[in-house]
Amino acid sequence: MSSQAPSGERREPQAASDIPHSGTPWVIRIPHLERSGASPWHDALRRLRRNRLAMLGLLVLVGFVLSAVLAPWIAPFPFDRTNLQYGAKPPTRTHLLGTDELGRDLFTRILYGARISFAVGILATLVSLSIGVTYGSVSGSRGGRVDHLMMRAVDILYGLPFMFFVIILMVIFGRNILNLFIALGAVQWLTMARIVRGQVLVLKTREFVLSAQAIGASPARLLVRHVLPNALGPIVVYATLTVPAVMLEEAFLSFLGLGVQPPMASWGSLASEGAAAMETYPWLILFPGLALTVTLLSLNFLGDGLRDALDPQVASAR
Amino acid sequence: MLGYILRRVAGFAPILFVMVSLSFFMMRLAPGGPFDQERALPDQVRANIEARYHLEEPIWRQYLRYLGDVARGDLGPSFRYPDRSVNELLSLGFPVSVTLGLCALGVALALGGTAGILAGLRRNAFVDYLTMSFALFGVSVPNFVLGPILMLVFALGLRWLPVAGWGTWRHLILPSVTLGTFYAAYVARLTRAGMLEVIGQDFIRTARAKGLREATVVLRHALPGAILPVVTYLGPASAAVLTGSVVVETIFSIPGIGRYFVGSALNRDYTMVLGTVVFYSVLLLVFNLIVDVLYAYLDPRVQVQ
Repeated sequence: MSSQAPSGERREPQAASDIPHSGTPWVIRIPHLERSGASPWHDALRRLRRNRLAMLGLLVLVGFVLSAVLAPWIAPFPFDRTNLQYGAKPPTRTHLLGTDELGRDLFTRILYGARISFAVGILATLVSLSIGVTYGSVSGSRGGRVDHLMMRAVDILYGLPFMFFVIILMVIFGRNILNLFIALGAVQWLTMARIVRGQVLVLKTREFVLSAQAIGASPARLLVRHVLPNALGPIVVYATLTVPAVMLEEAFLSFLGLGVQPPMASWGSLASEGAAAMETYPWLILFPGLALTVTLLSLNFLGDGLRDALDPQVASAR
Repeated sequence: MLGYILRRVAGFAPILFVMVSLSFFMMRLAPGGPFDQERALPDQVRANIEARYHLEEPIWRQYLRYLGDVARGDLGPSFRYPDRSVNELLSLGFPVSVTLGLCALGVALALGGTAGILAGLRRNAFVDYLTMSFALFGVSVPNFVLGPILMLVFALGLRWLPVAGWGTWRHLILPSVTLGTFYAAYVARLTRAGMLEVIGQDFIRTARAKGLREATVVLRHALPGAILPVVTYLGPASAAVLTGSVVVETIFSIPGIGRYFVGSALNRDYTMVLGTVVFYSVLLLVFNLIVDVLYAYLDPRVQVQ
C-alpha cells in the first residue's frame, strides 16, 4: 500500500490505492523491450547473472578448472613422489589435506585428479554432443518413417544397461583415457538426440525456415544455418548437464579400477583408494569425495541456471 | 491390451539378437583370452580346454552355437568356475541383486515422492527450498562417496547397523539408501514439477469446491496426474539402479550379480559377462514393458496400439 496516501483515503479499495494517480495513463512496463539492441542471448546472460547460485557455481568451477590447468605450477609436490616415512598423515601445515599411505601429498593428487576428471568430462561431452546433434537433426529433419525408426532405436537403447558395455569396452580396448571418453561419450548421446530432434521438428515448420527453403536453400544449409542456431539454447543447457553426468561415470569406472590407471589419479580412483582405507584414514575419502561433490553441485547449479536463463517460460512454470 | 503385450514381447527378439551379437563379437575380437596365464599351458592341456569350450571352432560356428544356446535359455558354462554354469551363478546372485534394486527404488519413490509432493504443494515456501536443496545435493553426491561415508558414520561410528555383508534386513538399509538417494532426488524434482502442473488445473478446483478433504484432493485427484513423469523415468532409473548396484555391491560386499560382473570382465570370463548382459537386458525389457502398461493404465489419454 502506498505510504503517501492521505489517511482520509483509507476507505478506498486496496487495489486502487496501489495504482499511482499521477494523471498519466498507466504504462505496461516490459523490461526486456525497453533496452534497445538486446539479443535473446544478452537477456539470457542478464538473467543468469542475477541467479546467485548459478554464479557461485560458475565461480567455483572457474577456480577448479584454473587450478587443474595450473596444477604443475601450483602443486606443492610432484604428484607421484612417495615418502614412506611420511605415509598416511592427517592434514598438516606442509600437507594441507594430509598424505596417502605411500606418503603422496593428497592436495597435489586432487589437483592432478581434477585435470583428468575435467578433461574426461569436457571431451566426452563433446563426443556425445556431436553424435547426439547429428542423430537428432537427421531424425528430425527427415521425419516420417526414418524418424520413427531412429527414435524407436533410441527408446530401446534407453532401457539397456549401457554402462555394462562401457565396462566391456574398457576391459577389451585397454584402460586409457582416450578410450574412456569415447566410450562415455558414446553412451551419453541419447537424451541429446531426443532434445535436438524435438527442436528440429518444431523449428522446421516455422516461417523463416520455410522461406529459406522457398528460395532454394539445400537441406543441409537449412539445418546448419537456420534450424540449429535457433536450437542452441536447449543444446547448451543439456551439454552443461551432461558434463557432471560424464564426470560421475568416469569416477564410477575409476572407482572400480577400470578407468585411469596408477600412478595417475582421477577423483574416482582417489575416492576408491580412500574407501579402502577409510576406517583408519578417513580424510583419504573425505577430500576427494568433497572435491567431486562440490564440482558436481556447481555444474548442476550452473546447468539449472542456464536452463532458467535461456528458457524463461519453463522457469516460471517450474 | 493383451495383443499389445504379446507384440511387444515378440519385439524383444530382434533387440536381444543385436545385443547378444554385439557383445559376443566385442568380447571375442579382443586380444587376450580367459586361459592366458603367466605360465604358458602345455599344448595338450590347452587343446583340451579349447575343445571343451569349442574355442577351436571358427568364430562364426561359435557364434551360431551360442545363439542357439541362448535361444534355449542356456547361457553356457562359466570359464572361470568350470564346474558351474552361468545360469547357476546368475540364479545365485539374482535374488540378492533384485532385493537390493527394489529396495533402492522403493527408497527413491517413497522419499522422493513425499518430498516432491510437499514441495509442490508449498511452492516457494521453506519446505520447498529445503527439499529441493537436498535434491540438488542428492544428485551431486556419487554413491561411492555416500556409501563409505554412511558406513563410516552409522556402522563404524555409531554401530547402529552392520558394516557390510548380507543376510538380515539390517544389512539392507545402508546399501538401499546409498543406491536410492540419487534417484530419490530425481524423483523429488519430477514429482514437484508434475504437482505444480496439475495442482492449478480446473478439476482440482472442482474437487476442492466439492468439499473433499485436502488429503483426498492431493492423493486421489492430483497425484495420479503428477506422477506420470516419474513413471516414465522408472524405466531408465531401473537400468541405472542395476548399474549402480555394481559399485554398491562392491562397497558393501554383497554377493549379487553386479559384484561378480566386474571380476568376470577383468578375467575375460566370456560366457559369464555375456550371460549377465543378456540377462539384464531381458530384465530391463520386461520392466520397461511393465512401466509402459502401467503408464497406459494411469493415463487414459494414452492408447496402446
